[in-house]
Amino acid sequence: MRRLVLILLFAVTALPAAAIRPDEILVDPALEARARNLGKELRCLVCQNQSIDDSEADLARDLRKLVRERLVAGDSDPAIRSFLVARYGDFVRLDPPLRVATAVLWFGPALVLVLGAIGIAVFLRRRRPAAAPAALDPVDRARLERVLAEDDRR
Amino acid sequence: MIAELGQFALALALIVAVAQSIVPLVGAARGDAALTAFARPAAYVQLAAVAAAFIALTHAYVTSDFSVVSVARNTHTSMPFLYRLTGVWGNHEGSMLLWILILAIMSAAVASFGANLPDGLRARVLAVQGMIGVAFLTFILFTSNPFTRQFPAPLDGRELNPLLQDPGLAFHPPWLYLGYVGFSVAFSFAVAALIEGKVDPAWARWVRPWTLFAWLSLTIGIALGSWWAYYELGWGGWWFWDPVENASFMPWLIGAALLHSAVVVEKRDALKSWTILLALIAFSFSLIGTFLVRSGVLTSVHAFAVDPARGVFILMILFAAIGGSLALYAWRAPALKAGGLFQPLSREGALVLNNLLLATGAATVLLGTLYPLFLDVLDAGKVSVGPPYFNSTFVPLMVPLVAAMAVGPLLSWKRADIAGAISRLAVAGIATVAVIGIVLYASGGTGFLAAVGLGLAAWLFIGTLIELAERLRLFRAPLAESFERWRHLPRSALGMSVAHGGLAIAIAGMTASSLFQAEQILAMRAGEVVTMRGYDLRFEGIVQANGPNYQAERARFIVTSGGKPVTVLTPERRFYPVQRQQTTEAAIHTTGLADLYVVVGDSDGKGAWTVRLYHNPLVPWIWAGCLIMALGGGLSLTDRRLRVGAPKQRLQAAE
Repeated sequence: MRRLVLILLFAVTALPAAAIRPDEILVDPALEARARNLGKELRCLVCQNQSIDDSEADLARDLRKLVRERLVAGDSDPAIRSFLVARYGDFVRLDPPLRVATAVLWFGPALVLVLGAIGIAVFLRRRRPAAAPAALDPVDRARLERVLAEDDRR
Repeated sequence: MIAELGQFALALALIVAVAQSIVPLVGAARGDAALTAFARPAAYVQLAAVAAAFIALTHAYVTSDFSVVSVARNTHTSMPFLYRLTGVWGNHEGSMLLWILILAIMSAAVASFGANLPDGLRARVLAVQGMIGVAFLTFILFTSNPFTRQFPAPLDGRELNPLLQDPGLAFHPPWLYLGYVGFSVAFSFAVAALIEGKVDPAWARWVRPWTLFAWLSLTIGIALGSWWAYYELGWGGWWFWDPVENASFMPWLIGAALLHSAVVVEKRDALKSWTILLALIAFSFSLIGTFLVRSGVLTSVHAFAVDPARGVFILMILFAAIGGSLALYAWRAPALKAGGLFQPLSREGALVLNNLLLATGAATVLLGTLYPLFLDVLDAGKVSVGPPYFNSTFVPLMVPLVAAMAVGPLLSWKRADIAGAISRLAVAGIATVAVIGIVLYASGGTGFLAAVGLGLAAWLFIGTLIELAERLRLFRAPLAESFERWRHLPRSALGMSVAHGGLAIAIAGMTASSLFQAEQILAMRAGEVVTMRGYDLRFEGIVQANGPNYQAERARFIVTSGGKPVTVLTPERRFYPVQRQQTTEAAIHTTGLADLYVVVGDSDGKGAWTVRLYHNPLVPWIWAGCLIMALGGGLSLTDRRLRVGAPKQRLQAAE
């Protein structure tokens, strides 16, 4: 829906997706699986919110090849990630890193949840009918019984 | 000439909208019956004027009047009639006109079906609807006029974007907008209630059908869009956490919360002020969505800054609507009298939990969608927020929500016996454990996420069935009694069961298709056979197959399973010469339990073609589940108590 709606709304041109080509796929299925996992979290920098696996842009293809070259060369996933971040900045990661500037992004949902829960707790507390009425002292009790007894007699 | 009439009709609609937003308010404040009564005819006249403008634009599109700029930009004489017609809303100006048309339809519907509303409330609701109309009619007339002429007219137009040349365009935007704009009615009811300072169960009963209608339309719209993307974009994905998708998902989440909290207002006269707030927020999210997709801010903040006319205008609408309504809320809501009391463990308590989680979910989506823009505006660095973020923040919020969804309906109002409710769910618990065990075993222990997702789906589905069986006293009372209870089951209760069951089905589909997808990408030559999960696909080759405005290469695959013929799949690659753009048409064979999905790519020039092959288990369940959810909403809409005193009930249900 993404592209369709984007196009619907901005009339931007986009190429059909389904991007990875047979000749890009690595022979080793374990390496290819790692390439896919990395590909899903790397952004095609010239596209609108597409991962490099989903984009048919030339840049995305170059990045896919680059990721695979590094994998074949024996780099670890974090090494490839930091290599790309060093080159393109955090913008290349669809999974934004935790930094001061992104703390609100990552902790915001939990904060909303906790504040909401506190708000509800306060709300429920305030609305509770003043618990059980305090026990009557003996004088009052005697008076109450007298009144009730009078009531019965009437 | 007809385009000018359309323009004139829009201007007329604006003037009527201005009157509609002032006169009834004055009338209701002064208790002047004549001024109050102005609201209904105004809504009808506004609808007539906007409909006339829409017809005029449609005429320009269908007759290919290229002197109209928007027509020349979005149609071409070679396009089939259907796409010349649906092209009306396949662009910015036309889709805004559709937005306004639906707003006018909703207002007229309130005027017409709202016969049982108190005069003052109806007048105020229609006045607020009128204000929204003023804002958007001004927007379209001054920044996005669909009737702008150009001279000389070009000989032929550019074309509608080929990706949009699909029957999906006929259905997806109208349903989506019915949802977006449908929430305007709940918003107007909330503002009217704040003006009157009165919210009671009757108010909730009036608001509920409108919210239900908007929510179920949005459900259908989102599902259709997701399905369209699935078969058109060609890699078997169905949801991308894209800002534009998020824009429709946020009002959906808040709308779902609103539906549930309105129940509490109606049944227990509690949570009134919160429900009002949700009604304001639901439509605010619709407006934020409109801002996000209309202003160009998503392409880049800088593109927005270069041509800010539209964006700034919508931003002003946004501030006026959200700021104005929240200010009114802050001023008037404290005056609302608190209603019925309840214990934390009760039906009300469960619905509060539902609201907390849904609202937090919507806040999370909002944060993920706006945060990159926010950082960019502050020049604090560019970040991308994509699916990994939402998978690790939004999805965990939905787990307790779905888990509680099976329990909530079994709880009684005010104070519930939670142990009793859980003991009644024993069967669901056993089934859940069994599903989790089977999934873990079958996936060799790696399918933890799949086990959670499918386990939750089983829990919710069976829990929903148990709740329904409890209501009918099935197997515990004579069948005749159960049947009698079935006949008297309120439609809203049945609707809830159906909608919850639909969600369970959709969750199963989402989980299985995301985690058990099989993929093969290969270069195939004619005559080669590829095997995919028990299917053998024989590639027969490529033939030219040209359409009215495109050239296509059509591949042919003969699909067999164990030697027996299954089907023939013919995916296409189309080239649209006017736009010089390529599209793919996936070929899909579905069994209802899984889709076999084939896309053909380009040739290597030496007789081999790129073929992408997917096997997506349970993927049809996603959309089936969504449609069942919408059906549940529809059933609830036909509930007797929503119709009492509303003589035109049948029209309302069919709307």
